[in-house]
Amino acid sequence: MNFLELIWLIPLFPLFGAATMLLVGRKLDPQAASEVAVAPGVEPAAAGSGHEHGHGGGAKFLISLFCPGMVLLSFLLSAAAVFQLSSLPEKTHQVIQFTWLAGQPFHMAGGGMATFAADWGFLLDPLSSVMILVVTGIGFLIHVYSIGYMAHDGGYYRFFGYLNLFVFFMLMLVLANNYALLFVGWEGVGLCSYLLIGFYFHKKSAGDAGKKAFIVNRIGDAGFLMGMLLMLATVGSVRFVDVNQALTSGRFHPEIAGFGVLSAMALLLFIGATGKSAQVPLYVWLPDAMEGPTPVSALIHAATMVTAGVYMVARSNALFALTPETSLIVAVVGAFTAILAASIALVQNDIKRVLAYSTVSQLGFMFMAAGVGAYWVAIFHLFTHAFFKALLFLGSGSVIHAMSGEQDMRGMGGLKDKIPVTFRTMFIGSVAIAGIPGLAGFFSKDEILWQVFSSPLGSKSVYVVGIVTAAMTAFYMWRLMFMTFYGASRADARTQAHVHESPKTMTVPLMTLAAGSVLAGWIGVPKLWSVFPEGFRTFEHWLEPVFEASAARAVAHGVAHHDTSIEWLLMGLSVAIAVAGILTARHLYLIRPGLPDAIRKASGPLYDTLLNKWYVDELYDFLFVNGLSKGGGALLSRFDASVVDGGVNGAGWMTRFTSRVSIWWDTWIIDGGIRLASFLVKCSSYPVRIFQTGYVQSYALVFVAGVAGFLLYFGMR
Amino acid sequence: MNEHLLSIVLFTPLAGLLVLLFLPASNKNLIRLWANFSAIAGFLVSLPLVFRFDKSNGGFQYLERFDWIPTLGVKYAVGIDGISLLLVMLTTLTGVIAIFSSWKSIDEHVKEYYAMFLLQQTGMIGVFISLDFFLFYVFWEVVLVPMYFIIGVWGGPRKLYAAIKFFLYTLTGSVLMLLGILTLYFQHFTQRGFYTFEISELMKLNMPLHIEQWVFWAFFIGFAIKVPMFPFHTWLPDAHVEAPTAGSVILASVLLKMGTYGFIRFSLPLVPKASIEPWIVQVLAGLSIIGIIYGALVSLMQKDWKKLVAYSSVSHLGFCTLGIFSLNPNGIAGSVIQQINHGISTGMLFLIVGVVYERRHTREIKEYGGLAHVMPLYSIVFAFAMLSSAGMPLLNGFIGEFTILQGAFEANRAWAAFAVTGVVLGAAYLLWLYQRTMLGQVTNAKNLRLPDLSLREFLVFVPFIAWAIWIGVYPKPYFDVLEKPVAQLVERVRPGYFDRKPLADARGSVTATEPRPSGSGHSTEVAR
Repeated sequence: MNFLELIWLIPLFPLFGAATMLLVGRKLDPQAASEVAVAPGVEPAAAGSGHEHGHGGGAKFLISLFCPGMVLLSFLLSAAAVFQLSSLPEKTHQVIQFTWLAGQPFHMAGGGMATFAADWGFLLDPLSSVMILVVTGIGFLIHVYSIGYMAHDGGYYRFFGYLNLFVFFMLMLVLANNYALLFVGWEGVGLCSYLLIGFYFHKKSAGDAGKKAFIVNRIGDAGFLMGMLLMLATVGSVRFVDVNQALTSGRFHPEIAGFGVLSAMALLLFIGATGKSAQVPLYVWLPDAMEGPTPVSALIHAATMVTAGVYMVARSNALFALTPETSLIVAVVGAFTAILAASIALVQNDIKRVLAYSTVSQLGFMFMAAGVGAYWVAIFHLFTHAFFKALLFLGSGSVIHAMSGEQDMRGMGGLKDKIPVTFRTMFIGSVAIAGIPGLAGFFSKDEILWQVFSSPLGSKSVYVVGIVTAAMTAFYMWRLMFMTFYGASRADARTQAHVHESPKTMTVPLMTLAAGSVLAGWIGVPKLWSVFPEGFRTFEHWLEPVFEASAARAVAHGVAHHDTSIEWLLMGLSVAIAVAGILTARHLYLIRPGLPDAIRKASGPLYDTLLNKWYVDELYDFLFVNGLSKGGGALLSRFDASVVDGGVNGAGWMTRFTSRVSIWWDTWIIDGGIRLASFLVKCSSYPVRIFQTGYVQSYALVFVAGVAGFLLYFGMR
Repeated sequence: MNEHLLSIVLFTPLAGLLVLLFLPASNKNLIRLWANFSAIAGFLVSLPLVFRFDKSNGGFQYLERFDWIPTLGVKYAVGIDGISLLLVMLTTLTGVIAIFSSWKSIDEHVKEYYAMFLLQQTGMIGVFISLDFFLFYVFWEVVLVPMYFIIGVWGGPRKLYAAIKFFLYTLTGSVLMLLGILTLYFQHFTQRGFYTFEISELMKLNMPLHIEQWVFWAFFIGFAIKVPMFPFHTWLPDAHVEAPTAGSVILASVLLKMGTYGFIRFSLPLVPKASIEPWIVQVLAGLSIIGIIYGALVSLMQKDWKKLVAYSSVSHLGFCTLGIFSLNPNGIAGSVIQQINHGISTGMLFLIVGVVYERRHTREIKEYGGLAHVMPLYSIVFAFAMLSSAGMPLLNGFIGEFTILQGAFEANRAWAAFAVTGVVLGAAYLLWLYQRTMLGQVTNAKNLRLPDLSLREFLVFVPFIAWAIWIGVYPKPYFDVLEKPVAQLVERVRPGYFDRKPLADARGSVTATEPRPSGSGHSTEVAR
């Protein structure tokens, strides 16, 4: 069977699952309908509001088989297709099904004409194959985990429906063969993120967080859209193959000095990436996104969706390679985000928020790598991060589960022996992210730091930021571990009594991910460790064909040569700093637990600033939400009612006024004149009229009087 | 059959109306049945227009042409191209939905109500198929009357104010438009020696630029009021808020499109020199962009659910006019598609408001909240309508917006940059509305026992939902139908537009490196 021709099917399995759940799921799982959340003070509805827990258990079982099953099918098909791909000589396969967006011809910017069109087409190459394996593989594990985690929540079908829908859109994103179809997945995962963050929609905070995520992402998307339009105008196509072809054909010259059209294009695309991948200045939505159920945080807000920006930048490497200035911006933004988020993570008390800021920070690392042209390292870190961060999130979910929903680490402690599987797996995850040699995080993070230091596009100051962030990472992760698992429990008795290890559906995914967190790094062993054969560096070689264009540019840029001793030194430094971070955390939170309080008091406003996330949310609310949007909207509403509509109503009033004037004029001037004239005629005719009575007798009398007068006159003569 | 197809489509609603007049007013259900039957018949007879349409022909099809008032040179001339085809189909389908949705909500003067809707159908179809300016004007005015009564009789508390405002406002526009028409009419006599209102004849005129400009502005007032473009939009919120649900649906979905259609069918081809006059284009694009951003921002702060949707129309129609005045194929094709899209998504949004208004008799947003708990199906349909309106890819809105943005970008990059903010704000006001009405806890005891959508209410949405998905996933047929007429229009306004050659070297080398499909039927190379 030729699985390569069937890659278009990969996204369709989860779509089928989602459609089934959203269309008939409510019938299968009627429990959802009965749980009406009512604000205090409002009398609950009497009818149909009894809690019907345990209802629909059989249907739940079906859903639990069906939805993860769909993702598993995708995973198996992906694996088969990737396996076949690896035996192809050029390691790329495109399936175009039909023309999706079939627009009209247009004038390109530099003369010439092209057609505005985008395929419904899929591209499997080394880059997308890594992505689909991560998405379906880790996605499947998280689906399994959710069976246990969501067992007691209402809307079971809805949750799995959204989750499957997410996997569909994510697969569209990474498998699309052009930017426009990528954008379909890009927006689609944003939608699912909105739906899943707001899953507990009776909570206002959840609704707010979902909305914030969607709108902040939309701002990035506006940049992405403009980038695509500029690409169409410049290159004439949005298909990856065409764009890469055009960019490497020599028609476009690298914009080494100055900011040209390619730089603008790359920057606009990167704005899109800052939205989706939560980078400065659009990172603010991700920490709030933790309102969603924990499996969602693991899948969407750690392992897959938020890495879409990194994927997209890596996908556009031919473009970024031509614009060193934009690449530098990418690296600097990544570094700044990394250290900013890490600094906030140092003091957060909510276990999921620490992990959220950690994710923002790690994404910053990935952009640092992409910015210095080490795209494969960015993808490598994406790959390893997917394992250990999903593990940490799922572990935190297991902790929260055990703690009856408590998320504040100040109320935890001493869980080490009570939930041993969770503890051991999270331990592995924390060692991995801290960068201790042998585990996944070390390989990728150390490679990033080395590339930032040594690459011709890199810079020493970015490296310093990176190494400081690495130290912070080790510290806040182990602060989390010590506060949660070590020492004495700070929870109340009832919660303590209730602490329990999670069911198998949750622990087995944890263990699998823990294994991944140990092993995933061993396919990208540093070149320095020359004892290991090339087989241990498969990852880089696998991705080489995708990054050929940028690699060629980098060679043209000139390769700086560094002594291996420097490399050993830096590696030692990063390990030392990781260990130092862990030990500091141990000292502060295990050995001398009173010390953090003292430091907090001593540091004063700095601590508060960190705790309040540098007040960025407040600033944005003030400037953009309440200022520009709501303020502008209110102002314009008033303008509309008073000025624009005032003009219309004024015109109406003027019409009525002039008509009144006309009526007056009509009545008193025109008509008055006529009546006056007639009155005058009447008056002047009065003397005449008094004779014209119409009575024959009067006429006869006048006649007689006249005759008498005549007679008298002549008689008198 | 073909030679009278359009007349049949045009007069089917009117025939239904004639029969309706003889039905006993007391038998309301019979009247409802008959009105629905007439509307459905109207839709069914319009379907052959689609099946027999020849998309390779850019000219007008199904032509009918004979003298009506020979002394004035007035003809009954009708015909459609791809642009009018889509709008006619939108009209006949929306007619079915509007009439079906009124089954329960209207209980007074039922016979008159349906009579008005059927009359309106004929008027609107007439507008979209007339090829004679006089005939067009007659239908244009015919449409005004039923809508005036629909708002004025079956409307809300301020119905009289809204109805009169609507009527006078649009009448003012049409009178000015009439002046423009008459200018063309007499110009034609002076130049060519006979009187005619036929578009095809009037297109042969060659007028000096200043006369073209006067005609353009006369048309502009008429069309811009109808669209409505900023700053002629304030009749719209009032009319929408006071109109009954079905009236709002027709008003938003079809009536507004008469204005944009006017620009495409009359302004551009009849006065092409004025239509590409740079300052005029700048003004029109500027007003469109103001409309996009202004409408969105004003929407954001509305307290009345229906008014919010009404202002969102101003924003969306801004996209449509921006597309038209990009004066390139993608702008105009995108505009036509977006006109259909706006009909679908805003039609749905008005139906959504209508559902709760029937239950609660209030449109205040703060009266609601947490409705997703009590009306789950309703909340799903609303979410769908919201996403369609906000331009979610794989639904209809995205296709239109993206294509228009491409056109605008080609014309002037700054336009696209400004317009794209409308995409962001569109998500903002819709999501906020959704959150305030659907999410959170049920804050008002009156909402606790609201029944979910009934089967009839759900069925009203189904055609729009299906249509939205179709356009979103497979818009190619729409672009195919539009390709020829839009190309002709662009060629008319900007002669030589299509003379540019594709970049042969880039394209040639691209196809050479494409991976060969390995023999399976799934791979098809796209013809460009």
